Amino acid sequence: MNYLEINHVSKTYGTKKVLNDISIKVPEKSIFGLLGPNGAGKTTLIRILNQITMPDSGQVLLNGKPLCPSDIANIGYLPEERGLYKKMKVSEQAIYLAQLKGMDKKEADRRLRHWFMKFGIASWWDKKVEELSKGMQQKVQFIVTVIHEPKLLIFDEPFSGFDPINVNLLKNEILELRDKGATILFSTHNMASVEELCDNIMLINKGEKILEGSVYDIKQQYKNHSYDIVYKPNDGSGETHLTVNTTNPNELIQDIISKGELVSFNEILPSMNEIFINLVSSSNQQNQ
Amino acid sequence: MKIGIIIEREYLTRVKKRSFLIITFLAPIFFAALMFLPAILMTQSDKFEERRTIAVCDETTLFTNRLEETDANTFLYINKDIDEAKSLVKDGEYDAVLYIPATTLNVPTNAEIYSMKQLPMSLTSHIRSQMKQVVEREKLLASGIDPAIVKASATTINLQTIKMSDKDDGEQKSFGEFEFILGLALALVIYFVIFIFGSQVMRGVIEEKTNRIIEVIVSSVKPFELMMGKIIGIALVGLTQFLLWGVLTLVISGVASSFLPTQDVFSAGTVMTEQIAEAGINTTDDSTLTEVFEVINSINFKDILWCFLLYFIGGYFLYSAMFAAVGAAVDNETDTQQFVTPISLLLVIPMVCSSLIASAPDSSLAFWISMIPFTSPVGMMLRIPFGVPIWQVVLSVAILFITFIIFTWLASKVYRTGILMYGKKTSWKEIFKWIKY
Repeated sequence: MNYLEINHVSKTYGTKKVLNDISIKVPEKSIFGLLGPNGAGKTTLIRILNQITMPDSGQVLLNGKPLCPSDIANIGYLPEERGLYKKMKVSEQAIYLAQLKGMDKKEADRRLRHWFMKFGIASWWDKKVEELSKGMQQKVQFIVTVIHEPKLLIFDEPFSGFDPINVNLLKNEILELRDKGATILFSTHNMASVEELCDNIMLINKGEKILEGSVYDIKQQYKNHSYDIVYKPNDGSGETHLTVNTTNPNELIQDIISKGELVSFNEILPSMNEIFINLVSSSNQQNQ
Repeated sequence: MKIGIIIEREYLTRVKKRSFLIITFLAPIFFAALMFLPAILMTQSDKFEERRTIAVCDETTLFTNRLEETDANTFLYINKDIDEAKSLVKDGEYDAVLYIPATTLNVPTNAEIYSMKQLPMSLTSHIRSQMKQVVEREKLLASGIDPAIVKASATTINLQTIKMSDKDDGEQKSFGEFEFILGLALALVIYFVIFIFGSQVMRGVIEEKTNRIIEVIVSSVKPFELMMGKIIGIALVGLTQFLLWGVLTLVISGVASSFLPTQDVFSAGTVMTEQIAEAGINTTDDSTLTEVFEVINSINFKDILWCFLLYFIGGYFLYSAMFAAVGAAVDNETDTQQFVTPISLLLVIPMVCSSLIASAPDSSLAFWISMIPFTSPVGMMLRIPFGVPIWQVVLSVAILFITFIIFTWLASKVYRTGILMYGKKTSWKEIFKWIKY
């Protein structure tokens, strides 16, 4: 069951085609990575999902039904460029933003207290936002994004500005939210976290989709059949490292066993980082 | 309703600010002080003044026993040498000595007053006017004219302008000057409040944009709702402030006048007229004070208040929609100048013409300025105290409100595009493009 479906969405600003016939399917309870270089059209696509802008053509289906204004309550959005009212109290502000998402004031207050306890930040309740550090503000923003328990969560660069400990905390929260039933759309340039978190990804460049699929499948598709081998040769000359390209790994293993003791044998899979760079630069060359 | 939540936030965050409270509570105290301090000072001034004994060393003998004494000042006519008198001032016998040297023609026009301390202006001007009366009287007598005749011949002309109207009972005394001042004051107030609260809208929009909170908010509400919520919320802040000012001014005036018996205020008025009479100006039965009260009574303050509120709301909405669009179009407050200047010029036009309008409130210039929606709030306020035909007020308010609806709609288009644009310097051309989207 796909919770989110985008069908043939296009958007043009002036003469510039920002999105060209983009289609994706995001299964329920999965994490979907939306990847692409700066200016690829990710933010426009996310704004279309949030109904901030309308697509010129195409359709967005949420839970099988076309997107409508009441879906605002079903979506939580953490934008890349994010901020809070500096002069407002943290709690007042979070409750205000939750109310705008359609929550009742009392319920928002109750859930906010729960989240503040969970993150160990209960002492910030009456502080003004300007008294908090940037990392602290980011935590508040994360809570604001998830407080109304949306079915679809959109995170745009959620880890920027966090220290490694908080990145870890956030990753665990994101996984927990998915396990509880949320579908997550995740946009980032941090390929390590893509490999760690995403089930499926889409890579867009200049408004065009250039790659889509599960992280595993994509890695398989772009592997170049090279293997990393460590063995101890029979002549007793210590461990030897080899990197070999072959389409027949069995033959390779037999060959090595005959020469000595095999210590480790690993297939080298391309990192998402490499795939990203290769695909984007080759698609840029094609366009020129 | 989400717009209600937005209005609530915009309203509460501003009303709870310390600066709002300070301005709200200090301004009425200031107004009340302006109203009452002169009256208080006038009635109490005698009590502050020290008692003085002034020796008069009059070589002409013309003034002996002819200078009128006041509560604080006693004149003592002495027959001593001026040097001796001066040394007595030094010893503290007298507070001052007035020396009138002898003249050959016996029309003394020079005098000197010696004292150890600075003498108040009121004393020197009293002496001057007393001496003047005495000398003038002497001169008249010398020419064989009875001073009583001269006094009786002094006249002031009281010219009353009466405005006629179609109704039989509609004849009304009109008092140009008071209306002129009231009109200017109203125009100035409405000019400032539109500008102050309009630019608050602009700053609010810029704050949301530079804070980058805007993206989260527009994913929850429509930009139009956010813009209108802000405009309405700030309008309510303005109305709250007016209401509190009104109530507090009344309360403070009430308290102040209970400390100051009304008798004193009226006697202050009579003191004033007496002084004018003394200065040689003969007043008719209508004292200036009663005339002022008559003018105040003849003005329909209720109608003026309603007009003020209508034009405040209309003008504020029109201008704040434009200010909101400007706020959305720029990245920070320093970039607003190129857009704010033309907008504020529109509002300044009627202020520039204010004396022309108020001195000829029925001229065609006044008519058109009070019809054009950008200038009508200020323009109409200048004319209102003189009485404006009701059809003109209705027409002008209708034009103003229709324009503000159109402009809110246009502004919302600029706003919608502008709030999500970063890092680009916006030009007028760009703004017109956004309207067409």
